[in-house]
Amino acid sequence: MINGIDIASMILGGLSAGTVLFIVSVGLSVTMGLMGFVNLAHGAFAMVGGYVIVLAMNRLHVDFAAALALGFVATAALSIVLERALYRRLYRANELDQVLFTIGLIFIFIAAITLVVGPDSQTLQLPPSLEGQLNLGFMRYRTYSIFLIAVGLMIVSGIWLVFERTRLGAQIRATVDNRRMAESLGINVGRLFTVTFAFGSGMAALGGGLGAEFLGLDPQYALKYLVYFLIAVSVGGLGSVTGVYCASLLIGTLDFVLKLYLPKGGTMFIYALTILLLLWRPQGLFGRRDA
Amino acid sequence: MNDAVPSAAASAVASAAVAARLDHPAAGALARRHRWRWFEALPWIAAVAFYFAFPDYLGFGAELLIAILFALSLDLALGYAGIITLGHAAFFGAGAYTVGLLAFHDIWTEPVSSLVIAALVAAAVGLASGLVLLRTRGLTLLMLTLCTMALLQEAANMAHDVTGGFDGLPSLPIAPVFGRFEFNPLYADTQYLFSLGVLAACFFGVRTLVYSPFGQSLTGIRENLLRMHAVGSPVQRRLLVCYAISAGVAGIAGGLWAQTNAYVNLSALDLDRAATVLIILILGGYGRLYGAFVGALAYMLLSHFLAKVYPTAWQLGLGLMLVTIALFARNGILGIGEALARRLRGARRNSG
Repeated sequence: MINGIDIASMILGGLSAGTVLFIVSVGLSVTMGLMGFVNLAHGAFAMVGGYVIVLAMNRLHVDFAAALALGFVATAALSIVLERALYRRLYRANELDQVLFTIGLIFIFIAAITLVVGPDSQTLQLPPSLEGQLNLGFMRYRTYSIFLIAVGLMIVSGIWLVFERTRLGAQIRATVDNRRMAESLGINVGRLFTVTFAFGSGMAALGGGLGAEFLGLDPQYALKYLVYFLIAVSVGGLGSVTGVYCASLLIGTLDFVLKLYLPKGGTMFIYALTILLLLWRPQGLFGRRDA
Repeated sequence: MNDAVPSAAASAVASAAVAARLDHPAAGALARRHRWRWFEALPWIAAVAFYFAFPDYLGFGAELLIAILFALSLDLALGYAGIITLGHAAFFGAGAYTVGLLAFHDIWTEPVSSLVIAALVAAAVGLASGLVLLRTRGLTLLMLTLCTMALLQEAANMAHDVTGGFDGLPSLPIAPVFGRFEFNPLYADTQYLFSLGVLAACFFGVRTLVYSPFGQSLTGIRENLLRMHAVGSPVQRRLLVCYAISAGVAGIAGGLWAQTNAYVNLSALDLDRAATVLIILILGGYGRLYGAFVGALAYMLLSHFLAKVYPTAWQLGLGLMLVTIALFARNGILGIGEALARRLRGARRNSG
């Protein structure tokens, strides 16, 4: 017999997993929508960021918030270098070259992490304030999950505000809609690409760190969860932040619930659902046909 | 080999005119495009020489031949028709599991006919998935092929009672080839020659297909979709047939893989496998038939001898190689060779 508390705890667990998926994928969605670049190496940035965060905490004993900030900045800086030096050359290339290039990057990152840190899995030690249970009034639930959901809400509203209310956001929306028109209006599209790419990679780093607690962190991370990131982005719709948020929460919850009730076939159900959805709406749930 | 490829309409007109005006240089070049050239004998001579020169490495040789066959099947879809897929291992796995299930449950163990059945099953999977997938392009197509493969892998994982799930199906009984030549991993020479025969048969089929008017129209679709629609080519049907044939060949490769290893497991349907075959094809050069041979040889040699000793260095090297190819050498090893040959020829012409 399922009661209300069980359902609520299942949904909370799913939402927190979905939030991590969102934080990692949102940058991928924006860069794919903005630049039309198939960046399979996005998960590798999440992995690098996760390693920076976890190692800073475990070995240098930096506190959680500072480690997150460090991971964001370090990964964003790395992504700026890569974008300026390499990615830039392939913006006009076909998808095949982009796929190949980014698969190559994944291998390089995996090898580099294995060489520098080692092949073992790293564990994230949560700060004491985020451990334990939180009293929600009607039930108690893991503090960290509630924290994740709250962080996700803050991030999505922050990005939404930037997109809708600032000059930078207007420029991004204009470039997604019509890049040539935006360029001829004097928007520095090249700089816009670099800024959004760095921001997206930094977000991925945060996601890698925040999710390390239950996704784990090992050199295969970049490949292991790649399909999930891609599904979240393509189901949500390229370039749509709210779309990716809804899609991530949906996938996270579905995955969580299905793994409980159908431990074997749950993932298969998500793949099948994705295929059906993409056939029905190739542009995703919230994407626009022309974008 | 062929840079400027005319549309199907142009080639149809040309082939009608060939009989009358073969003396015209352009018509002559078109008519001679599909003729055998001397260097096309090289891979086969090398394969036979390998058999006599390295009798201890025939197991590796069979593995190499299967990699070539799989890459060749991808070349048909990706190199010629321009269908960008990340899920080609779906068909490899379909073929492998067909052979595996038939053998494991003692339904059918004869190797040649097993491969035919594997090809038919894989082609049917290709046809069914292509019917829905090929309506999309670009990123959506990429995602859909990826998800289809992941779906099949999960299905194989879930049907534990039939497919053995994660553990797969071990020690498959495979009947002797033609009822005479013992066929199991202990008889590497039979396996090598059998694989070579299968590869040769498939290669001649693919080569004929690629140079046929059908193959020409595929290239046309890749190069200029809009124009092919405009000249009235049945684009969707052509792509679908090509995808199914490509799936069938991939199924043969998968079936052969299952036969030579005498087992099947979930790795047949892995993203790793799909990525590897893509890498092999791009490394050699896609859309040029022999890219599969060159790419598979380079990749398998490197991975066989390097990956076991220095796995991390191999991964790093592979990554650097891919990035370099994507940035600087988009036509792979064969493309580099062609560019060099062109430059040499140009230099000779200038000096002479």
